Amino acid sequence: MRTTATMQTSGVQTSTVQTLSWLTGLAAGASLALLTVLGLFVTRPDEVQGEAVRLLYVHPATAWVAYMAFAVTSLAGLLWLWPRTRKPLWDRIAGASASIGVVFTGLTLVLGSLWGRATWGFWWVWDARGTSTLLLFLLYAGVVALRYVPATRDARARRTAIGALIAFIDVPLVHFSVKWWKTLHQEASVLQPSGVQIHGLQLFTMLFSFVAFSLVYAWLMIQRTRLARWEDELEAGGLDAAIVARQSEGSQHLIGATS
Amino acid sequence: MFRDALLVLGKDLRIEARAKVTLRQVAPFVVTVMVLFAFGLDRVLVRDANVADTVTDSVPAAYVVPGLIWLTLLFALLLVVSRSVSIEEEDGAGDALRLSGLDPAGIFLGKAGAIVVQLVALELLLVLGSMLFFQARLHAPLLLLSATALATVGMAAVGTCYGALSSGLRSRETLLPVLVMPVVAPVVLAAVQAWQLALVGEVGDGWPWVRLLIVFAVVYVSFGVLAYGALLEES
Repeated sequence: MRTTATMQTSGVQTSTVQTLSWLTGLAAGASLALLTVLGLFVTRPDEVQGEAVRLLYVHPATAWVAYMAFAVTSLAGLLWLWPRTRKPLWDRIAGASASIGVVFTGLTLVLGSLWGRATWGFWWVWDARGTSTLLLFLLYAGVVALRYVPATRDARARRTAIGALIAFIDVPLVHFSVKWWKTLHQEASVLQPSGVQIHGLQLFTMLFSFVAFSLVYAWLMIQRTRLARWEDELEAGGLDAAIVARQSEGSQHLIGATS
Repeated sequence: MFRDALLVLGKDLRIEARAKVTLRQVAPFVVTVMVLFAFGLDRVLVRDANVADTVTDSVPAAYVVPGLIWLTLLFALLLVVSRSVSIEEEDGAGDALRLSGLDPAGIFLGKAGAIVVQLVALELLLVLGSMLFFQARLHAPLLLLSATALATVGMAAVGTCYGALSSGLRSRETLLPVLVMPVVAPVVLAAVQAWQLALVGEVGDGWPWVRLLIVFAVVYVSFGVLAYGALLEES
């Protein structure tokens, strides 16, 4: 009875997640399409930066998603480490978010490099923000590497959580050390206290890109978390199947011995 | 906690005194890297250093030697940490340590302390080698000593945490550098900057870097004290 009830609950949850996945996927696809239209066709080239200004509609948003992903990884890691809130779901979320964060940090670096080439004439400049982002990429690449080391589910979860926390508390230290080291980068334009410097449609498109990429992140998170759950189930199911097979071998042997 | 730390520190140093792995393997490695740096940075460290020695008080050495010292020490840290982990893996020593009832925070402080002692010995070797091979001239001893002590504590704390995390893994040798090096990047940057400023005589500008090293050391020693129990549970 209890098993049937659990299966029914699990079935309801699966269908809810499926619906959520579809809705988020549709919203992410639609907003990316709209962003493409706005960024490539509706907005105009910049007087100073020309066509390169269109990178404004992708580069800050990918950086935002990367930071958000690492914050989610750390929070989920903490929730897993805390005995009262420990659930396999938090580990799946931490692992999924770390991988997605590394991909988005990589994207941020590539897009930043393209922008640097267009505006400064160099593919790479050792400025504070770029260097911090590169170190962030390497920090979390380590966490993802740690996650892929074969281990039991609990050991892997603990390693991911602690590794992510060590990396997360390093982020402000990296930021300040590199900032003191040197800076050439443009100061943050939108959050400047003196007022917003980007206007009208450009600003709207840039802010909309944050929404679009956040939706892409949410959709990817749902897919990666589900995949991790299926992998766990397959692993557990595989063990159960092996036990059943071994037991049936044993009973056949017994039948053979008695006959 | 501190009594337990002293016990573990004594144990790790006694093992080193008997096995002499740092002395016989890591110290020659450190000297070799220093010699190879002379080949790799020939123009600055060898040719121009000799010219500058008579003209501008060995300025190239002042700029290059700090980087040489701290990068070499970073490589040495990986070896020392790996050794610190491997002594717990042999003969179930790690299990015995967990069952001993010692405070995990004490174990962390003891193991990190043993790494600090070994790194300090290697630092002495590196500094003497730099003075001998590259005509490095030390100034501002207070700044140099503070930066070195704090950077060593910070590196040892991170190394001890990740060492426990990678304990028992077959891929530890390849995993440790990927994990440790990006985390200690601010330490390398701050220590190199403080050393460079001390060596070129701009001592006042070096102290902000020492403040960063204090924060780093405090943060990661605190993290280790709080989290080492969970780290031991995992391995």
